[in-house]
Amino acid sequence: MSRIFIAFDKYLKKIMVYLIIVLGAVGMVIPLLYMLSTSFKRHAYSLAFDPGLIPTNPTISNYPKVWQMEHFQIYFKNSLFIALTSVFFVVLLSSMMAYAFARFEFPFKEIIFFSILLVLMVPNMIGIIPQFLLAKTLGLRNSLWGLIIFYVAGSIPFNTFLLRGFFEALPRELEDAVLIDGGNYFTIFFRMVLPLSTPALATVSIFSFLGFWDEYILALTFIDDVSKRTLPIAIALLHGQYATEWGLVFAASLIAVIPVIVVFVSLQRYFSGGIIAGAVKG
Amino acid sequence: MNISLRKQRILYAFIFLLPGLLLYLIFVIYPILKTFQISFYEWNIIPGEPSEWVGVGNYIRALNDPVVRISLRNTFMYTLVTVPGQLILALIVALLMNYITRGSTFFRTIYYLPVITSWVVVSLLFNYLFQSPKGIINHILMNVLHLIAEPIPWFMNASTAFIPIEALGIWKGIGWGMVVFLAALKSIPQELYEAAAIDGANAWQRLIKITLPLIRPTLVFLSVILMIGGFNVFISVVLITRGGPLQRTEVMLSYMYHQAFDFLDFGYGGATAFILAAIIITLSFIQIRFFRRPVGD
Repeated sequence: MSRIFIAFDKYLKKIMVYLIIVLGAVGMVIPLLYMLSTSFKRHAYSLAFDPGLIPTNPTISNYPKVWQMEHFQIYFKNSLFIALTSVFFVVLLSSMMAYAFARFEFPFKEIIFFSILLVLMVPNMIGIIPQFLLAKTLGLRNSLWGLIIFYVAGSIPFNTFLLRGFFEALPRELEDAVLIDGGNYFTIFFRMVLPLSTPALATVSIFSFLGFWDEYILALTFIDDVSKRTLPIAIALLHGQYATEWGLVFAASLIAVIPVIVVFVSLQRYFSGGIIAGAVKG
Repeated sequence: MNISLRKQRILYAFIFLLPGLLLYLIFVIYPILKTFQISFYEWNIIPGEPSEWVGVGNYIRALNDPVVRISLRNTFMYTLVTVPGQLILALIVALLMNYITRGSTFFRTIYYLPVITSWVVVSLLFNYLFQSPKGIINHILMNVLHLIAEPIPWFMNASTAFIPIEALGIWKGIGWGMVVFLAALKSIPQELYEAAAIDGANAWQRLIKITLPLIRPTLVFLSVILMIGGFNVFISVVLITRGGPLQRTEVMLSYMYHQAFDFLDFGYGGATAFILAAIIITLSFIQIRFFRRPVGD
């Protein structure tokens, strides 16, 4: 009798847990679903407010309308180009730097690393005024490559910090074996360290990509030419121009967001919070 | 180790270090130091023209500026609301997720969706949800739950304008905290719980006596990171309230940005940025010191 009671008690507990998780999940996803639903609604001053999650009179017209808007496809391309290029360079440069911190001794090593930790603490916008002036002086303002350079430089601190911890945990013995066999440190780094670090590099890549794809502040400050805008700028401006046409704004938003979600969901088995948690203990 | 090998290793170190380090020094460190310099000047934006040294003048001006005071208060309030909000909810979700097996990947993805959705997009979304009179939140409060008689003009009052901004901050951050907590929870040896269960410890006691002490480093790390994130609030404010009405919802970074790029007052903008940085660094160190006691305490 008591065994049945315990089993029942356990089931009840499980059901309760699932219930709370599902309720929470609904809370997380409802705003996004509502955005999706709004992107299929007709919006005009003359129409009555349609609050439902399912549009009463759905239309897909917002999507082609946004997609064919002047420059929108260029914004998409700009964002993609900037994000992919920046990811490539930041992964390469941060992992090289992190490897230097993990395996070599050099002058000012701990001072440089401490400066990285301090930079991670101060607001990321703290240098924006001189960055603006610097970009102007170097001819990097109003240029996609200019943005890329600032994006890469700006995300080096965090990724170096993250990857140093990961590289330090890799076994050194294998590296010594490569040196004895006549290889050098580049052989070790490119042939061994990087392939062994795929989960960490995937994590860094995904999160850097998200950050660059979303970046708003520098792009807002640096870019003047309409044809050089990125998606976040375009979406924010769209909202300013068509304040009441939320369907249009959210269709544009979803065109920006959905590819990211698809990429993330399909790659998520490669990434783990363990890397972040690992960096904490290091 | 002989000298030439040692030299060779330093050479390798610098080859690995240099490209990244140069970018870091030129485009990150130099601008931060330059901000500090600028903050002591009435900075002249015309290239070549001399700027006037004003000492701590910009800092004194900031301390007497009522909008700085409002911005500071708003920034602190935002952090005080969103950090515990994210921590507690993320921990609860992680504990529940750690309990289940079936469907956990699916639910984790769902909770993570807001994290990967662009700040610009979700800021506009929360702006839309809290519209007045025709917004879904007002609609639910008024027509479904009958809690209010008239729609709340959220963005018209400073007292209500931060509710959407804070709700957004918490909603967007839960998933990330959950993932980090989950990784920490998975590393706790299961035997500890079994032993505690044999000793008759109930779920609450196990949480207080085992789980929380063991995930303490993660808790400290998350609270510091989230606090820094809280003080960095900018995009949501700019896109949801634009600091209005009458600059009552301005936060430190939005005010700094206005000063610098709308009024071209670079020196004053730099000073406000450094005040914020000083506050964050001080609080981070206090937090790390305060929490970093040995686990046995």
